Amino acid sequence: MAEDFILETRHLVKEFKGFVAVNGVDLKVRRGHIHALIGPNGAGKTTVFNLLTKFLAPTRGSIHFNGEDITSAQPAQIARRGIVRSFQISAVFPHLSVLENVRIALQRKLGTSFHFWRPERTLDTLNGRAMELLAQVGLESFADMVAVELPYGRKRALEIATTLALEPELMLLDEPTQGMGHEDVALVRDLIKKVSVNRTVLMVEHNMGVVAGISDTITVLARGAVLAEGAYDEVAVNPLVIEAYMGTEVEELASPAGH
Amino acid sequence: MNRRGVGYGLLLALLLVAPYAVYPVLVMKILCFALFACAFNLLIGYTGLLSFGHAVFLGTAGYVAGHSIKVWGFPPELGLIFAALTAAALGWVIGSLAIRRSGIYFAMITLALAQLMYFVFLQVPFTGGEDGLQGVPRGKLLGFIDLTDDLNLYYFVLAIFVFGFWLINRTIHSPFGQVLKAIRENEARAISLGYDVAKYKLLAFVLSAGLAGLAGATKTLVFRFATLTDAHWHTSGEVVLMTLLGGMGTVFGPVAGAATIVTLQNELADKVGSLVTVIMGAIFVFCVLVFRRGIVGELGALYKKMTGAR
Ligand SMILES: Nc1ncnc2c1ncn2[C@@H]1O[C@H](COP(=O)(O)OP(=O)(O)OP(=O)(O)O)[C@@H](O)[C@H]1O
Ligand SMILES: [Mg+2]
Repeated sequence: MAEDFILETRHLVKEFKGFVAVNGVDLKVRRGHIHALIGPNGAGKTTVFNLLTKFLAPTRGSIHFNGEDITSAQPAQIARRGIVRSFQISAVFPHLSVLENVRIALQRKLGTSFHFWRPERTLDTLNGRAMELLAQVGLESFADMVAVELPYGRKRALEIATTLALEPELMLLDEPTQGMGHEDVALVRDLIKKVSVNRTVLMVEHNMGVVAGISDTITVLARGAVLAEGAYDEVAVNPLVIEAYMGTEVEELASPAGH
Repeated sequence: MNRRGVGYGLLLALLLVAPYAVYPVLVMKILCFALFACAFNLLIGYTGLLSFGHAVFLGTAGYVAGHSIKVWGFPPELGLIFAALTAAALGWVIGSLAIRRSGIYFAMITLALAQLMYFVFLQVPFTGGEDGLQGVPRGKLLGFIDLTDDLNLYYFVLAIFVFGFWLINRTIHSPFGQVLKAIRENEARAISLGYDVAKYKLLAFVLSAGLAGLAGATKTLVFRFATLTDAHWHTSGEVVLMTLLGGMGTVFGPVAGAATIVTLQNELADKVGSLVTVIMGAIFVFCVLVFRRGIVGELGALYKKMTGAR
């Protein structure tokens, strides 16, 4: 049965100088699902991501990936094992070209990343694969542009292409549609749906339209603890969840289609 | 790419004829500091690491070259290689300790360790303390080219500079250089893509230290002595100034910066005496306030503006 869950946390706790940001979270992410992690601001969602990817060390508790305890692994190791994250704030390499952004992710597998005596053009063998990845997210015509010049929505698409380059088993996306206009939101939502084939996605997302539209399971986090878990229809009518959100966001939660 | 090729050609042509127009020892001094600044720029400009103790590599290699040539009788080429490798090894030690921290803490650790080495050099007998290590023979290159001749030595020093400059540029434009740029641009993202950034930073640090050492060793050969000045934190500050003034993160910037500062010091030293320090300070402030991109950076921006406006 354990094989059904790609990722499992057991009683995960993170304290910052006495303040408990994550309080005993047991999270189970089913293989092949799009799993959404939602909750009000400051609920501890990003902190959970930082714990999962080892950017922060948990105060207590353990993390298991494919049944193996990865609680004490290093962040770069986690990535090589197949868990690749994106960040809440845009995470492109701003002054590299769009193509180079993706190539950086591909390059590690060549095994020449420490070779300071080799010319850059030895990386050109990766261009074909990089262009394929860019095509997947609709960026092939932007390949030579410097990443910083991309419009915001396209930057998020570039991040996804870069993440995909590593062919991660588990993708962690921290608010992939934050700060986007309607068109971009739809674009990124469809993109996530598309790339989730044959892999697992765990995403933090505030936009209920996106959450309702594509996620298989939703975990609601509030004040560092799991408040509710289940499919969207169950979670949205849960009185605890509605109370935690309060105010305007309740309507958002209740009527995702009207968004 | 083409424009840069023209730049390389012009610079090389200029350097080939320079000793016929200018006092060769002055040009050699410029070349040594230019290589030193280029090595420093590999860290600050292309990796985003501010080492504030880089003089320790210049100074250490100067002493090692001087001692191995003068006392152990090493031929000059072997002395230089041995000194550069020693500096690289020291770079590995200091780098390993410093890269655990970033930003200002990184800079402070490099400064502290460099100061530690400075006091070691002040105390141990082989450096000659305050007097310096005097009377290092230039010797014969490969056993037959007499380096006591300033012109012969000049072309040897130029060859060293070209090698160092080439190696730095190759490093910048290599698979490794790509990873360095990624780390400078967004370290957290580089980690999340599976790169052990500490290892990449350490290799960059070791390369930079080794090349700074090559510059220091060459300088000892030129002046026939090694002194404490080269290991002093003033010199660490000077290399920051040279790189900033020339344009950090640009290929030619450190060369332009080193040439400007060394020439200025040379011209002004007998005229204004200790006022030189004040002038250097003024240049530093000027750079930081209005000349952010440095000589080469500002020229590049101007060129872009002009061609872009067309
Ligand atoms: N490094 C830190 N040191 C101290 N407190 C922190 C740290 N990181 C996060 N916190 C606190 O932990 C709590 C949870 O933060 P977190 O960023 O995980 O929330 P979030 O659910 O991602 O919120 P948002 O929706 O605003 O992104 C917040 O109260 C935050 O102030
Ligand atoms: Mg967050």
